[in-house]
Amino acid sequence: MAASGSDNAGAPDGAPAHPSTAAAPDRRRPPRPPLPGGRFARDGSLAGQIAKIGLLGLFTALGVWAVLPLYLGGNWLGIGLVVAVVGLVYYVYLSKRAVPAKYLVPGVLFLMVFQIFPVLYTMSTSVTNMSDGHRGSKEQAISAVESLSVTRTADSQEYVLTIAAIGDPETGELVFLLTDREGGTHVGDTDGLSELGGATVEDSGKVTDAFGYTILTPAEVNARSGELEEFAVPTGSGAGIRSSGLSTAYEGRALRVYDESCDCVTDTETGVVYTADDERGAFYDDEGGRLPQGWQVNVGADNFARFLFDPAFASSFFSILLWNVVFAVAVTGLVFVVGLAVALTLHVPRMRGKVFYRVLVVLPYAMSSLAMYLLWRDMFNTDFGVINQILGVRIDWFGSVWGARVAVILANVWLGYPYMFLVATGALQAIPRELGQAAQIDGATPWQAFRHVTLPLLMVAMTPILVATFAFNFNNFNAVWLLTRGGPLFSDNSTAGATDLLITYTYRLAFNEATAQYGYAAALSVMIFLIVSVISVMSLWRGKALKEMD
Amino acid sequence: MSVDTVRTAPARYRRGAGTRFGLWATRLGWRHVVMWVVAAFALFPVMFVVSAALNPLGTLSSSQLWPTGASLDNARDLFANTPFTTWYANSLFFALTNAAVTVLLSALAAYAFSRMRFKGRRVGLIGLLVIQMFPQFLAIVAIYLMFSGIGEYYPAIGFDTRWGLLLVYLGGALSINTWLMKGFFDTVPKELDESAQMDGATHAQVFFRIMLPLVTPVLAIVGLLVFISTINEFLLASVFLRDTDAKTLGLGLYQVVASSRNANFGMFSVGAILLSLPTLIVFWFLQRFITEGLTSGAVKG
Repeated sequence: MAASGSDNAGAPDGAPAHPSTAAAPDRRRPPRPPLPGGRFARDGSLAGQIAKIGLLGLFTALGVWAVLPLYLGGNWLGIGLVVAVVGLVYYVYLSKRAVPAKYLVPGVLFLMVFQIFPVLYTMSTSVTNMSDGHRGSKEQAISAVESLSVTRTADSQEYVLTIAAIGDPETGELVFLLTDREGGTHVGDTDGLSELGGATVEDSGKVTDAFGYTILTPAEVNARSGELEEFAVPTGSGAGIRSSGLSTAYEGRALRVYDESCDCVTDTETGVVYTADDERGAFYDDEGGRLPQGWQVNVGADNFARFLFDPAFASSFFSILLWNVVFAVAVTGLVFVVGLAVALTLHVPRMRGKVFYRVLVVLPYAMSSLAMYLLWRDMFNTDFGVINQILGVRIDWFGSVWGARVAVILANVWLGYPYMFLVATGALQAIPRELGQAAQIDGATPWQAFRHVTLPLLMVAMTPILVATFAFNFNNFNAVWLLTRGGPLFSDNSTAGATDLLITYTYRLAFNEATAQYGYAAALSVMIFLIVSVISVMSLWRGKALKEMD
Repeated sequence: MSVDTVRTAPARYRRGAGTRFGLWATRLGWRHVVMWVVAAFALFPVMFVVSAALNPLGTLSSSQLWPTGASLDNARDLFANTPFTTWYANSLFFALTNAAVTVLLSALAAYAFSRMRFKGRRVGLIGLLVIQMFPQFLAIVAIYLMFSGIGEYYPAIGFDTRWGLLLVYLGGALSINTWLMKGFFDTVPKELDESAQMDGATHAQVFFRIMLPLVTPVLAIVGLLVFISTINEFLLASVFLRDTDAKTLGLGLYQVVASSRNANFGMFSVGAILLSLPTLIVFWFLQRFITEGLTSGAVKG
C-alpha cells in the first residue's frame, strides 16, 4: 500500500501510475496495449487509496478483535486461521497482480465460512451418533459421569459459591465462581478448576464482579435450574465439585469411578459395572442398561442405513419422500397451469382493464408469504375458518391426511401462480403473433395453433423456470411448517407427519424433539442434497446451461 | 388461442346488435368473467385479513370476509402487548442490510466473472451452481452446532444477535444471484469499459463509475428478491433468535398466534398487513424492473 500510494501521489485524478507515465500524466494519450502484469491500469485515485487504507485498517481491527478471545481460550488453531485470513486479505489488496481476487475475496470469504464449511460439517456430522447425550469426547463423558455422581463425604471441602455464565446470562456457558476458606478465588467449568484473578469478593465470600463472567441473579439461576442439576466441576481422579443450594458448593468423591484397565465405570454403591462400548459411544451394563452420558463416535453409514432399511424408519422416510415429490410436482404443475391460463386470458390486444386485472392478480406475490401462510392456516380452521364458512361445511382440514394435503397445495397455488403469470406474460410477448395467425390461416383451430405452435415455443423459455420452481418447492420449508407443522402425525411413528417434507422432518428431528438427533438429521440433509443434485444436474444437462457458459 | 381476428372484426360487428354482443362475448366477454373469478381468488384472503384487522372483537371466530366494524383496537393491542416495533425494526434491519450487502458482494464477483479471465474462473462458476444445490438451511444442524461454539468465543455474534444471523445470511450472497448478474453484465458492451481504461480509469473506477450505473435494473431485481426472501425467512431465524426481543416480525407473529390462536387473530392480522407493507412498497416501485427482469431471464432461458 505504501509503495503504490507514494508513486501515485501526484496523480489524484486516476491517472495510471506506471513508473514511466506517472511523472507526466496525460489523459489524452493514444490507446496503448494493457500493462504487463495486469489487465487494467494500476493504482487508484487518492480517494480510492484512502478508502482502501481505511477498509484494511477496519479489517485489521476486526482481526485483533477476533484473536483476543481465541488467545484467552488458548485456541492456537483459531488464531492461525484468523492470521491466515488477514494475511490473505492484505496480500490480495496490496498486490498489483491479483485483480480478480480483489473482487472475489469478500463474497468468497463469507461463502467459505458460512456455506461451504457448514456443508462439510453437515457431512461429517451425518456419520456420527451426535445427539443430545453424545456431544463431546469420551474423556468429557467420563468426567461428566464421575463428577455428576459426586456425593458429600466427611472430609469434603466447602466453598462459597457464586453462579455465573460466560456472556449472556440466559444462554452462556455456566461456570462456578468459588471462594475457599483461605479467601482464594477459583473458577470451575466442566473442564476443571482454575485460578480466578482480579475478582471482587464481598465479606460473605460471594463474588460480585469478575472480568469476563456475568453473575446470575437468583431469577436467572432459577431459570437454569435444570442445567445446574447436571453441572459439576471435575477436580481429578474421581472427585468433583457440586453445588448445594445457591451459595455453597462442596468437593466430594464420585460414586461412579472410571477404571482405565478395564475401560469401565464401576458404581461403588451398587457394584454394577458399566463397560465402555466404543462403537455405540456409551457405557453399558450386563443387562443392556446404559449411563446417560455418552460420547460422539463415528457410526459410518448407520444413519443412512437406518432410514433406508430399518422398517420402522424406512416406511416413514419413503412415504415422506413420496409426498415430497407429489407436493413439489403438484404445486409446480398447478401454478404453471393457472399462471399460464391467466396470462393467455389477458393476452389479447383489445382487452380493457388489463392493468387493473394485472394488479389484482399479482397481489398475492406482493404480500409477505410468511404472514400469508399463517393466515391460510387460520382460514382452514375447522370451527371459525372462513373457508368452511364460505363452503358451508365443517371439514377438519388439518386433522385428516388428505384434507391437510389439499389445504397445503391450495395455499401454495395461491401464493405461487402470480410469479408464473408474470413469467408467462413475458414469454408470450416474445413470441410473434404472426406464428399463431399463420397456423390459423392454414386451417388450425385456435387450440391446435396453441398446442402445436405457441406452447412448444413457450416451453423453451419456461422449462428452466419450472425446474427452478420445482427445486424451490421441493425444499419449501415455510410452505408446510407454517401451515401444518408437518401434521397430522402418523399414528405408527410420532416423529413423521402426513404433510412433512424432508426438510421439515429434518428440522423436527434436530430441534423439536425431546432429544435432538443431530447425526440423523444431518444424514437426512445429505440425502436431500443428493436427491436435489441429481434432479438439478439432469435438468442443467438438458438446459445446456453449462455448455454455453462463456 | 390467438384472437387477432378481432382486428378485422369491425366489419362483422356491423351485422347487428345480437351478433355483436355474441361476438364480444366469445372474443372478450368470457375473458372478463375468467379474470373476475381469478381476481376474487386472489383477493379474498387479503380482504379477510384486512377485515379481521379492523374487527373490533379481534378474534378469529368473529372475523368475517366483509368488515363488520372498524376499529384500531387490534393495532393498539399489538403495539401495547408485544414488542412489535422491536420486531419490525429487526425484520427491516435484516432485509435491508442483507439486500444491500448481498447486492454489493455479488456485483463485485459478477464483475470479475464477466470481465476478467483468470485461472479457476470456470471452476468457480460451476462451483457456485453446485453449492447452490445445497441450500444453506439444509446445513441448519451444522450452522447451529457451529454457532453454539462461536457464541462462546464471540458473544457479539452468537445466538440472539443481529450480526450473527446476518453473517449466516451473507454466506449465501454469492449464489444464483451472481449468475443472474453476470448474465446481465455480459450484455454491457466491453468497449465501454475498455475505452474508459484507455482514458486512464482504474479497474475500480470502471466498476463503480461505469458498470454499476449501467446495470441498475439487475441490481434492483436482486436487491428486491433478497429483501423479500429475508423478510420471509423463518428456518434459520427460528434457530438463531430465541429471545423475544431478538425476534423478527415473522417469528413474532408466529409466536402471537402460537400462544392463543383464536383470541389474538386480530392482532396477528394487523401484524400480517404491516409485515407485507415493505414488500408491497418495494414491489410497487420496482414493478417495471421485475417484469423486465423475469422476462429477460425467461426468454434467455
